[in-house]
Amino acid sequence: MLKTFSLGGVHPEENKFSAGQKIETLEIPEQVSVLVAQHIGGPAEVAVDKGDQVKVGQIIATAAGFVSTNIHSPVSGTVLKIDTIIDASGYRKKAIIIKTEGDEWEANIDRSETLVKEITATPQEIIRKITNAGIVGLGGATFPSHVKLSVPPGKKCEVLILNGVECEPYLTSDHQLMMEKGEEILVGTKILMKALNVDKAIIGIENNKKDAIEKMSELSKSYDGISIQPLKVQYPQGGEKQLIDACIGKQVPSGKLPIEVGAVVQNTGTVFAVYEAVQKNKPLFERVVTVTGKSVKKPSNFKARIGTPISQLIDAAGGLPEDTGKIIGGGPMMGKALTTTDIPVTKGSSGILIMPEEIAKRKPSQNCIRCAKCVSVCPMGLSPYLLMTVSEKSVWDRAEEEKIMDCIECGSCSFTCPSSRPLLDYIRLGKGTVGQIIRNRTNK
Amino acid sequence: MNVISITIITLASLGVAAAIILYFVAQKFKVFEDPRIDEVEEVLPAANCGGCGFPGCRAFAEALVKADDISDLNCPVGGADTMSKAASILGKKVQAAAPTVAVLKCNGTCESRPRLNHYDGAESCSIAASLYGGETGCSYGCLGMGECVDACQFNAMYMDKETGLPVIKEENCVSCGACVAACPKKIIEIRKQGPKNRRIYVACANKDKGGVAKKACSSACIACSKCMKACPFGAIIVHQNVAQINPETCRYCRKCTPECPTGAILEANFPPKKEKKELVKDKAE
Amino acid sequence: MNTLTVSPSPHVHSGDSVKKNMYGVIIALLPALAASIFYFGIGAVVVTITSVLACVVFEYLIQKYLLKNKPSIFDGSAALTGLLLAFNLPTYLPIWIIIIGSLVAIGIGKMSFGGLGNNPFNPALVGRVFLLISFPVQMTTWPTPIISRLHYFGITPEILDATTGATPLSILKEGVSNGVANAEIMQQLPSLSELFFGLMGGSAGESAAAALILGGLYLLIKKIITWHIPVSIIGTVVIFTTLLKLIHPDLYAGPAFHLLTGGVLLGAIFMATDYVTSPMSHKGMLIFGIGIGVITVLIRIFGSFPEGVSFAILIMNGFVPLIDKYIKPKRFGEVIKTQKA
Repeated sequence: MLKTFSLGGVHPEENKFSAGQKIETLEIPEQVSVLVAQHIGGPAEVAVDKGDQVKVGQIIATAAGFVSTNIHSPVSGTVLKIDTIIDASGYRKKAIIIKTEGDEWEANIDRSETLVKEITATPQEIIRKITNAGIVGLGGATFPSHVKLSVPPGKKCEVLILNGVECEPYLTSDHQLMMEKGEEILVGTKILMKALNVDKAIIGIENNKKDAIEKMSELSKSYDGISIQPLKVQYPQGGEKQLIDACIGKQVPSGKLPIEVGAVVQNTGTVFAVYEAVQKNKPLFERVVTVTGKSVKKPSNFKARIGTPISQLIDAAGGLPEDTGKIIGGGPMMGKALTTTDIPVTKGSSGILIMPEEIAKRKPSQNCIRCAKCVSVCPMGLSPYLLMTVSEKSVWDRAEEEKIMDCIECGSCSFTCPSSRPLLDYIRLGKGTVGQIIRNRTNK
Repeated sequence: MNVISITIITLASLGVAAAIILYFVAQKFKVFEDPRIDEVEEVLPAANCGGCGFPGCRAFAEALVKADDISDLNCPVGGADTMSKAASILGKKVQAAAPTVAVLKCNGTCESRPRLNHYDGAESCSIAASLYGGETGCSYGCLGMGECVDACQFNAMYMDKETGLPVIKEENCVSCGACVAACPKKIIEIRKQGPKNRRIYVACANKDKGGVAKKACSSACIACSKCMKACPFGAIIVHQNVAQINPETCRYCRKCTPECPTGAILEANFPPKKEKKELVKDKAE
Repeated sequence: MNTLTVSPSPHVHSGDSVKKNMYGVIIALLPALAASIFYFGIGAVVVTITSVLACVVFEYLIQKYLLKNKPSIFDGSAALTGLLLAFNLPTYLPIWIIIIGSLVAIGIGKMSFGGLGNNPFNPALVGRVFLLISFPVQMTTWPTPIISRLHYFGITPEILDATTGATPLSILKEGVSNGVANAEIMQQLPSLSELFFGLMGGSAGESAAAALILGGLYLLIKKIITWHIPVSIIGTVVIFTTLLKLIHPDLYAGPAFHLLTGGVLLGAIFMATDYVTSPMSHKGMLIFGIGIGVITVLIRIFGSFPEGVSFAILIMNGFVPLIDKYIKPKRFGEVIKTQKA
């Protein structure tokens, strides 16, 4: 019996069409739009002016506070303007628009492909480099990595867990990265282990990526303390709390961070970025993006510069199919539906999923038949049917009592509901409102 | 016979015993309440809409009885009439608040605001608003799912299918503010009713720059400031790319309306435009 | 390009639907229906068709003319109610009584609460219990299985010589109240293996244990129901009756007899597991099942009715809101908290 997390879970169709597709480097776009808010936390402060000349890897916006990150220019060229553009949220957000001229990199970036195994940096240096490189969680949550690596005083990190699960259907970017850059990921893991002062790391990989499990197991033999943990295919295993439960059998208490059980979780993509930042001085300005979908001609994994409009990625994957109904930034379970194809790639873009119209349409919602399937699949052990009702009726105190804030918004409830009720829609609304109420209360 | 009498006696004695217990319990747990609260509640409209800021009419009546100065308290449903009745019961003074009405600060009809995408989530404005900007290019305008209409208890709103916007029935609106609270885009305003129920206001809330706003909606305020310049009383300011008409200083001269290039300034209940001379004469009278 | 659709996540759906679940249960009931037709002949067919049709028609009429909703008769829920009601009636019941039962089941049991999903009590059981109380004679006139068909099993039954007879449970009840020794009563009753294949008088669908168990396995495999409710009901009945048997072997029948007679299996597998009227959490389901088991045995042994499954389920239906309020599913991260405290 393979390990997995203890409560709930679903198994959506995997549809990993782009699995095994080599990571292609996408052509540098003529113009990039770099959003200043690409991460959780305060938007970065713009550090360039209209008309400035920038190089690849140069800081163009600086972190505003601890929970924020630097943003680096993904291209070399001239800053055209600082304007607002529509981002994945559908709202206009501030962005730096740069016109590409050539491809001149900052001098200290090591552009060679050679593997640098020896870790010379001290733990402080590692964290400083990660902070400067603007690395965020690349799984999609975009939480600044240096914040996660700063273990609060009084807590001790015992194990580093790497998320190679990629439990979202369709997406394959982490899988492909493990296949092509396995060695780099392992060195990156070693770097993080040094920074966190732990001697144990577990890489959790779901069993539908047998080749990656084999390859990483083989490679990890020469790295002390790193082990590979094959996991049963079950969504949402990539959720931080679920992954910890699956790998080390400990449950993070409600409202607490993983460090409470002595674990720090990082995505494999993030670890690769850490390797590049620490060993090659390369800040985060490009990432692997999966472009996929049932009717996409050429499902692919691209290495794209941040700020590239997604229309360019779609074109490179064979163009937008005729029957397109929905374009999703991320996976089908937690991704955001996009309003246009002009939206730029951000640090959190793990994939672009193009769905045909007939799959994209939701079925009409019917009465709740109290089948209790939402309760059975909830990985947090909540009662989604109840949370939806109390959110719909605005009974916020009851929603808080029923632990609405524990919801990880994985969507298993809406996915399962035989009556096609928009459970998560209302729960998310309730979560937002209750969160606001709690913040107001603590601020008082 | 015997059975019947036993039954009657048993039941009667049970009833008497229960009555005695109830009487003593009621005596013991009696709570003193100011009798004026009931009197005041009597004159309140009993709509329990919460427009006064209190949970229900009784709570408002309690507040009225308790407060020494009731000039800050107002029942928007009953208006000046109700308030003066309540004040006379309590022997307190009340300032007549200017009557108000809800207005919609969006004129982005289906025609002027083309749809760019199709929303397929739960039928709720708040959920759509928390997800993204809306089906059109304007992320400030009405989402059109009628959460305000659902919130209205006075049957004063309905959704116009043609325009996709809610319509406020002035004659029913009591300006309780339930729609204002319900709207996630905050585009409903409680506005002074104005003389002869006449109003003039900017029906747009788009804070984008002129060009962007215009592209999204042909009846958007593009912050050109023409109305501001036209206003002889300085009642119009342009703030965050939207013009605003101050109802306190506005003199209802309607000079701003023809200036607006997008027709974002709306007039309500004015007589059809007369020649200028007559208008001046009207004023003089 | 088409206008893009935008919705909150998730963007995919499992494809499960109310219809699939309802028809799943109906499919699971087919073996029992076949068994009932086999044993009771045309009578079973008439009862089933009348009940199903009446339920569907009443649901349609009420939705269309009283509630003014879009009728949703094709989701299978009305047909399922009709089928379950038929299974709880004696075959050869007069048709007009069946129609009254269907009206009560759909009209009072279901639609008066707002239709599917809102009814607190199992509609089929509401109909059945209404009929049982209103028409006690007709409702307890049990036709016996068609004797000639029993020869397929190589059995020549001795007791089944009349066209109508009592159910094993009522024979037992009567015997006990008349002070007949248990062993003697047992001789009048079919053997356990006969009971297992349904050779007894009884309601249309509740007799053939084998067919019901087959349907139950289908439901479990298709994940339409979870094991919690059936197992807890059956387990409780078995444990309770075993204890009684141990205390007083002369007075009480054994667990196997109680399990195979009456509506325990039908109730445990199909009636108590009704989505709408059962608790939402697994823990709650267990409590619900144990309650049904205990009440069933109490009614059977100490009550005045020979059979108590319907009453037990209805009584526990009434407790479901309370169970849901106080019994919550196990939350993630809760275990550690309690360990620490």
